[in-house]
Amino acid sequence: MAFHNVSFNPRKFHKSQIKFHLYLIPISLFMMLPILFILNNAFKPFTELFAYPPKFFVRKPTLENFRMLFNFSVESGIPMTRFLFNSIVVALLVVFLSVLFSLMTAFAISKFSFKGKEKIFKINTMALMFVPIAVAIPRFLIIVKLGIFNTLWAHVLPLLAMPIGLFLVKQFIDQVPNELIEAARVDGASNWYIFFKVIVPLVKPAIVTVAFLAFQSSWGNIQSSTNFVDLETLKTLPFYLNTLVDGSGNIVASAGMNAAAQLLMFLPNFVLFILLQSRIMESMTHSGIK
Amino acid sequence: MESKKSIPRKLNERYQNSKLSKIINNPFTFIVPYLIMFSIFILLPTIISAGLAFTDFNTIQKPSFVGFQNFINLLTNDSVFLKSALANTLKYALIVGPIGYFLSFFLAWSLGQVTKRARVLYTVLIYSPSITGGIMMTVVWQVFFSGDEAGYLNNLLLKIGFTKEPIIFLQNTNLLFPIIILIAIWSSAGVGFLAMIAGVLNVDRTLYEAAAIDGIKNRWQEVFYITIPMMKPQMLFGAVMAFVNAFNVSSVASALSGGNPPPQYAGWMILDHANDFGFARYEMGYASAITIVLFIVAFLFNRISYRLFSEKD
Repeated sequence: MAFHNVSFNPRKFHKSQIKFHLYLIPISLFMMLPILFILNNAFKPFTELFAYPPKFFVRKPTLENFRMLFNFSVESGIPMTRFLFNSIVVALLVVFLSVLFSLMTAFAISKFSFKGKEKIFKINTMALMFVPIAVAIPRFLIIVKLGIFNTLWAHVLPLLAMPIGLFLVKQFIDQVPNELIEAARVDGASNWYIFFKVIVPLVKPAIVTVAFLAFQSSWGNIQSSTNFVDLETLKTLPFYLNTLVDGSGNIVASAGMNAAAQLLMFLPNFVLFILLQSRIMESMTHSGIK
Repeated sequence: MESKKSIPRKLNERYQNSKLSKIINNPFTFIVPYLIMFSIFILLPTIISAGLAFTDFNTIQKPSFVGFQNFINLLTNDSVFLKSALANTLKYALIVGPIGYFLSFFLAWSLGQVTKRARVLYTVLIYSPSITGGIMMTVVWQVFFSGDEAGYLNNLLLKIGFTKEPIIFLQNTNLLFPIIILIAIWSSAGVGFLAMIAGVLNVDRTLYEAAAIDGIKNRWQEVFYITIPMMKPQMLFGAVMAFVNAFNVSSVASALSGGNPPPQYAGWMILDHANDFGFARYEMGYASAITIVLFIVAFLFNRISYRLFSEKD
């Protein structure tokens, strides 16, 4: 039978799929090794961290590393919670504003006709290649000129225009039928009304995806703390954790604390991805460049 | 429609005719915030970089115009740039870009052949390295490749008798670069990988059925005649993303080897070179010229990706 040959996206397990699992399992295990490693090290007591021969898995889990991490920050003057707080505020602002800006722009480019919209989208698609670290110097000059040097805005504003965000949302809004918008317009709805009541509910998967990517870029962003902010109290968590890694010099002495710090950076992203992955995958269907 | 009930007509008409409403409902109003941010933090910095590249600028005195001098120095006098930064970046992009890309496609395709539950689990695991971000993860690899017998890899190699002395991986200039490549490939399944999974799943099922009737014999033919042509847009997106990641890399070598610059500039990238001149020596003009070279190289790779995968010619 012809249908028998279609094995793609199967609904049920069949033994013909075993061959795929045979290499997918070892590859996934290899991929998650470093994460397992951090997870184990973060809870290892001092003696296990430097046991010889090295042990991969933790035997007697302890919270000692986390306690050390929090105490260390107290010694350096500024409590770690301060950096954590900064990071959360910055991340919330970045997520909210960059999602809103991407949505508004994507809506306009996808559903209105005005001069230059193709050009704007083309430039944006080219900017997918943009390398933020490469323009740290001019960005610094601009931030000083804008008067936002040494403010929380120096963390937020540079991240708000997210080419990949606009790109993904626009591709997704393209799928919303124009008739729906026409119908709403005939009913007397304004553009903003259409935007909030028609578009936003329909493109939720794309919103979730951009929110996730925005969070990721903000949570791990180190450039703004290094270059755009001088005041210690205004720096963010990744910068602080990085100084632990660099500053302690001796890798061995701070291995446990580092692992705890790494876990703290990694976990929010990871949990968010697990929670949101089905929506993220849905929006990725329309991610292609035509 | 729902909107009929929720907007009182009269009020809405009066509002729609007002001048203010015309302005705030103008399509342009929707794009202004993004456009401003894009111009200030992406477009303008790139233009300033291009401008500064033709100047001598130490951040204290005003930049003075020097023409192509920075580029001439860069391409004729700066052996670290030519032999290490540029060569390493190109090598890195040419190895990590294609390998990461094909690996992503291969994994995405494989995930299309298993049931949904298994697929979700694999996706989370395979994508997880890209969540962590490169530099932070170097701590893990430092311990893994540690140069004494307490390092995981050395311990293993000693145990199986592969070597008698622990190998000093991270200070060895011949080994540092391959290790960086390995780490990069490990974390190469990023957004492009997710797009490719979606692309694989989005191929119309009936196409496979039709193809089976038309005499497609094996999986290879299926992949080349149906899957790849049907997901070309995602393939292009994946290719662009693969090269973005490849050119975005910096300071991995320093972080791994624990020295800046790393021994004999092993694993030294264009961005490292730019940061070195920009933030350690304050030669902003020269540093800008370096970043412009990076942008040109990245742009060329982008063009190649479009040539290969774009549906338009």
